[in-house]
This record gives sequence, C-alpha cells and structure tokens, in this order.
Amino acid sequence: MKKLIFVLTAIITLPFVMKAQEPVHKFAPLPYAYDALEPYIDKMTMEIHYDRHHRAYYNNFMAAIKGTETESKSMQEIFAQMSTYPTAIRNNGGGYWNHEMFWNCMKPNGGGAPTGKLADAIKTSFGSFDDFKKQFADAGIKRFGSGWVWLVLGKDGKLFITSTANQDNPLMNTEEKRGTPIFCLDVWEHAYYLKYQNKRGDYISAFWNVANWDYVQKLYEQGLLKNN
Amino acid sequence: MDYKFPELPYAFNALEPHIDAMTMEIHYTKHHKTYFDKFVAAIKETDMNGASLEEIFAQVSKLPVPVRNHGGGLYNHTLFWESMSPNGGGAPGGKLAEAINAKYGSFEDFKTKFNDAAANRFGSGWAWLSVKADKSLCVCSSANQDNPLMDNFECQGTPILGLDVWEHAYYLKFQNRRPDYISAFWNVVNWPVIEARYESIIK
Ligand SMILES: [Fe+2]
Ligand SMILES: [Fe+2]
Repeated sequence: MKKLIFVLTAIITLPFVMKAQEPVHKFAPLPYAYDALEPYIDKMTMEIHYDRHHRAYYNNFMAAIKGTETESKSMQEIFAQMSTYPTAIRNNGGGYWNHEMFWNCMKPNGGGAPTGKLADAIKTSFGSFDDFKKQFADAGIKRFGSGWVWLVLGKDGKLFITSTANQDNPLMNTEEKRGTPIFCLDVWEHAYYLKYQNKRGDYISAFWNVANWDYVQKLYEQGLLKNN
Repeated sequence: MDYKFPELPYAFNALEPHIDAMTMEIHYTKHHKTYFDKFVAAIKETDMNGASLEEIFAQVSKLPVPVRNHGGGLYNHTLFWESMSPNGGGAPGGKLAEAINAKYGSFEDFKTKFNDAAANRFGSGWAWLSVKADKSLCVCSSANQDNPLMDNFECQGTPILGLDVWEHAYYLKFQNRRPDYISAFWNVVNWPVIEARYESIIK
C-alpha cells in the first residue's frame, strides 16, 4: 500500500516537478510554415533564418547564462541592465529575443494598414501611414552593416523609429533611444540575401506585404497600459 | 587625383569552387561599385577631395561618416580582390613566413588566430593581418568597413591581408556557415602578393 501511494504520488507530482525545471527561456515554434510568407520572404531564407540563425542565438544565449542567476531573469530585466552583462549575453540574448518578435510581426496574408488607436498614433507621430513607411524604410536602408529597425513606444506615449546595430534593441540600457518596441525588421544580410542579394530596398518593400498589424496593435495597447 | 574603380584581377568564376561566380559578380559589380560611387559623392563634400585613401583614413574620425563607410568599402574590397588568386593557397615563404613563425609559432597557429578573429567578429566586418608602426605583425578584426589604417582604430597598422566577413561575402554559397567560408578562403590566398606587401613595408 505504501508503495502504491508512493507511486501514485510520484505520478501526480511528476508533471509539476518537470514544469518547475523547465527553462524560463524557451525556443518558440515558428508561428507559421517556412513557405507561408512566399513570395515576399522565401522558404529557404525562413528555414535557415529560424532553424540556424535564431536557434544558434538561443543555444548560445542559454549556454552563456547556464548555471547563473540570469537563468531565472526575464529578457526585459536582462536588457534593462544590459551594460552589466558580458557581450555574449548581449549579442545572443538580443538575437534570441529580436527574432522571436520579428516572426510575430509577420504573417501570411498580412499587410494592409493598421487601424484603430495604432493608426491614430502613427498619424500623430509621422503625419500619415505612408510617411511612416517611408521613414521606417529609410532607417532600414541607412543602417550600415548588420542591424534592426524598430517602431518604438516611448515613455511619453509617442511613437518613434530607431535603428540598432547588430542584435541590440530599444529595451537595452546601452541604447540612447529607449522604449517599448512594437514592430521590427531584421536588416542583417542573412534576412534577405538569398532572394534579394544587395537590394535591401526591395526586401523592405516586400516586407510590408506580410506585416502583422494585429500583433503590433496588441503590443501597442500593452505598452500603453505598462506606461500608465 | 581622380578616384578609379579598380579592375577585378581575374574572372568572376576564377576562384571556383572556393568562392562562387555569382557571389564574385554581385560582390564586385554591386557592393564594391556602390561603395566606390558613394565614396566619390561623399568625398566631394569635403576639402579632402583628391587625397589618397591612406591620407583620408589617417584623419577619418574628423570626416563625415559616409566617407569612412564607403571609403573603407572601396579600399578594403580592392585589397581583398588582390589578396586572392585562382592559383592561390599554400603557405607564405620568405621574410613573411619567418615573421609569422616568430610571432605565432607556426603558420597553422597563425591561421587559427586569424580564423578566430574572422569567426568571432559579430555582425559585419573584416579580419586583418597588418603590420604595425614598429613593423610587428598583428591579427585583428574590424566592424563594418573600418580598417587598420583608420585613425580611431584600436590596432592601427598597414593591412597586408584582409578577409571580408560580411554575410554578403559568403551567404549565397555558405549561408550561416561562416567557418566553412573562412576555410575555403585559405585555398585562394595570393601569398606572393601578401609577401611583397610585407617586404615593401619593412624595408
Ligand atoms: Fe536575423
Ligand atoms: Fe564585401
């Protein structure tokens, strides 16, 4: 009987024990198939980008924090103290987090224009949606070398565009212009070279066709709540 | 002096299978050409129009960023093309071989150091073997299109070998596998040219 109780207890508690041991930082599945964003983002680029680049950032990040108290910290907490961390955590932590956000900023049958409060905020900050697109694309073309372009909600409730080098992002305390990122675009060459080669501008034009404005709207509203 | 866009010293497919023809063609006719055009446009806006790239790099931190980025891109790629040859590979000889052995222990140890510099450069950039003012050798890497001739560079010197590790240099053939590209590069290094550069600096 004692033995049976022990076995039953073990069976019942095992899932909880396992859950407790799960890492805080997980490598999320890609929210759509590799070919879902064709013809704008090609299947091979998506596969290599997610399964090689993104996975390597995640694995390297996990290796860099293994056995340290950073393992239990959220990415937001880490980025807020970025300057106190080693370069490997900044580069790979940024690469891990940025790509996960990037996948969510895109979807098949995306595109169009934002609506509601987000549309109003874009108008207020940039004049019109087209002006916003122009400024965002411009920031992407002007980023020399590898990096990202961001639409960011500032502490003052206003939106702004910024670009970052390598895998940095606007949550990092190493950035001059900080805030809550709500939309992003990877302009590393690996993000577009197989299909667009040196034509980064064409990649950025194509990107608008897969933008996931519902997701951006959600991040915008969450950001406003956090600001208040 | 008028700035000239240099000829590629061999055919686009000459470095196959180590560097593929399409990469060479896009790299030279698009990337390198764009750096050249943008540099020519940017330097016109300064009082250094007509100066040599070496003179410009020596005070690049006082010049507009496009001069640094595109001037670097122009110079670095020219040096890169000349550092490779269809009949390349093997090991250096002469005084350069002696200097490499003296500084790094062996050619293999030097390669490991250079490979590490190239592989660990995060983002876009270059790996370099250069000769410092005291004539000693130095392996390092730079971000984007910076190079060891630039006045604000941490390991200043005259580059004699450069390897482009921007993703555009290898992505079509090697994708995320930068180390494979670096390995392939050793098969096309034009050591006689690198040796000549070294000897002209130390003499
Ligand atoms: Fe990426
Ligand atoms: Fe290049």
